[in-house]
Amino acid sequence: MPLVRVRDVSQVFANGVQALGGVSLDIGVGEFLSVLGPSGCGKSTLLRLLAGLAEPTAGTIDWPQGRPDLGFVFQEPTLMPWTTALGNVALPLKLRGQARSEREARAAEALAGVGLAGFEKSFPRELSGGMKMRVSIARALVTEPKLLLMDEPFAALDEITRRKLNTDLLALWERTRFTAVFVTHSVFESVFLSQRIAVMSARPGRVRSELAISAPYPRTETFGTSADYAALCRLASAQLSDAMAA
Amino acid sequence: MSARFIAPVLMGIFMLVLWEGLVRAMAIPPYILPGPILVAKTLVSDWGTLWPALVVTLTITLQALLAAVLVGGALALLFSLSRWIELSLFPYAIILQVTPIVAIAPLIIAWVDDVDVSLLICAWLVAFFPILSNTVLGLRSVDRNLLDLFELYGASRWRTLLELRLPAALPYFLGGLRISGGLALIGAVVAEFVAGSGGRASGLAYRILESGYQLKIPRMFAALVLISAAGIAIYLLLSLISHLLLRRWHESALGEER
Ligand SMILES: Nc1ncnc2c1ncn2[C@@H]1O[C@H](COP(=O)(O)OP(=O)(O)OP(=O)(O)O)[C@@H](O)[C@H]1O
Ligand SMILES: [Mg+2]
Repeated sequence: MPLVRVRDVSQVFANGVQALGGVSLDIGVGEFLSVLGPSGCGKSTLLRLLAGLAEPTAGTIDWPQGRPDLGFVFQEPTLMPWTTALGNVALPLKLRGQARSEREARAAEALAGVGLAGFEKSFPRELSGGMKMRVSIARALVTEPKLLLMDEPFAALDEITRRKLNTDLLALWERTRFTAVFVTHSVFESVFLSQRIAVMSARPGRVRSELAISAPYPRTETFGTSADYAALCRLASAQLSDAMAA
Repeated sequence: MSARFIAPVLMGIFMLVLWEGLVRAMAIPPYILPGPILVAKTLVSDWGTLWPALVVTLTITLQALLAAVLVGGALALLFSLSRWIELSLFPYAIILQVTPIVAIAPLIIAWVDDVDVSLLICAWLVAFFPILSNTVLGLRSVDRNLLDLFELYGASRWRTLLELRLPAALPYFLGGLRISGGLALIGAVVAEFVAGSGGRASGLAYRILESGYQLKIPRMFAALVLISAAGIAIYLLLSLISHLLLRRWHESALGEER
């Protein structure tokens, strides 16, 4: 039984733009799924629908086991500048009414989990782009969600930081096995991270093809430089070209 | 510190020396243009009349500013909570703002018996709009994604206002406050002039009028100096408050630290 069943979901905005044109997709429990597609194909729109931040114009989104707790990582860090890293990470707990001492302890733990122990008292402006993104991930994970939705979280980062964060993300996922939906327009990233890739066509977006990546975890630099990896990237790239041409 | 501070001070000293020098060299009589030294002497000798007048003007200014913060802030909150309230009231706020205060001050002074209250209303009218419009803008300029995040975690409207909209609006509010501080003083002085020319005595502006009638020009200058000094003091004080509140996180407060 999948965690969520998306069927023929379309989304038309008030200005008449059709972002999604019949997306169908199942996402399994504990799965790491990447959604790969060109810019403007409706990836963010799909994530917002999954998060319940908008209602689809047509089609259905079913949660056979009920709506899970979820975390959301935006394309930008989206931190509140007036509070510290700890305050930002503790926000979801605060909004749930958790007591200060408890939520700060858990937030500190989550920060340590993304390698930011010692930066609890830093304000966002005192952190680098990559560090801010980690804070954002820690905030999404602090509630220990069953489902983590990520919208091109590393798109704005340099290659080195991005690689490091990819590895860290996989380590986190292997530890707790939440369900991960990772939106990206990078073929390499999607192949490196996920168990399955859903390739979307240009707007109005729909899932044109799916690609299973059966390489075992933990995936390390060795996988990233292997011939298998290169072949899979080529395959995914070809599917993306097909989807864009269609 | 260095150049930013020294340059204007040197410039000021130079201008004062030039002024004094010209007044002396051309033997300009004090009832046309008093030199800075005479103005300073008058400031000291007439302190007994000027100080109470300054206190009156400053009291009105600060009360008006406080009222502007309360009413402007409260209206901004209402506007952010209800689009309808905003649509129906905002045009009138703009009308109040664009109507010159000199034009309505006589009416207000005639309608309200208590001079101080009428002056307070005038100063408030001039001061409240920047706070209102800036705060409304600030409450609106919240990061969309942060709003989504709050929705995702089921935050109530009230909670979102408290934890997200208010802090996000703070820098805008403080910007409005700095403008309003100067405007409140201007409003108070203008209203005092209007009231003074109608024979109702109050504050520094009345002293200026009175000195004009009596050709006590040095005293007039001394009163002017006090008004400017009060304006500068208000601006510096509000800037300091703003800096203290924002220095940990807001870009505007960072420039001075780097
Ligand atoms: N609120 C909105 N109102 C109107 N149109 C919108 C809205 N949000 C998105 N769109 C449009 O819907 C389309 C899909 O947008 P979306 O943000 O989902 O794309 P995306 O795949 O995430 O792109 P990117 O990779 O560049 O982030 C775009 O053409 C965009 O202009
Ligand atoms: Mg997007």
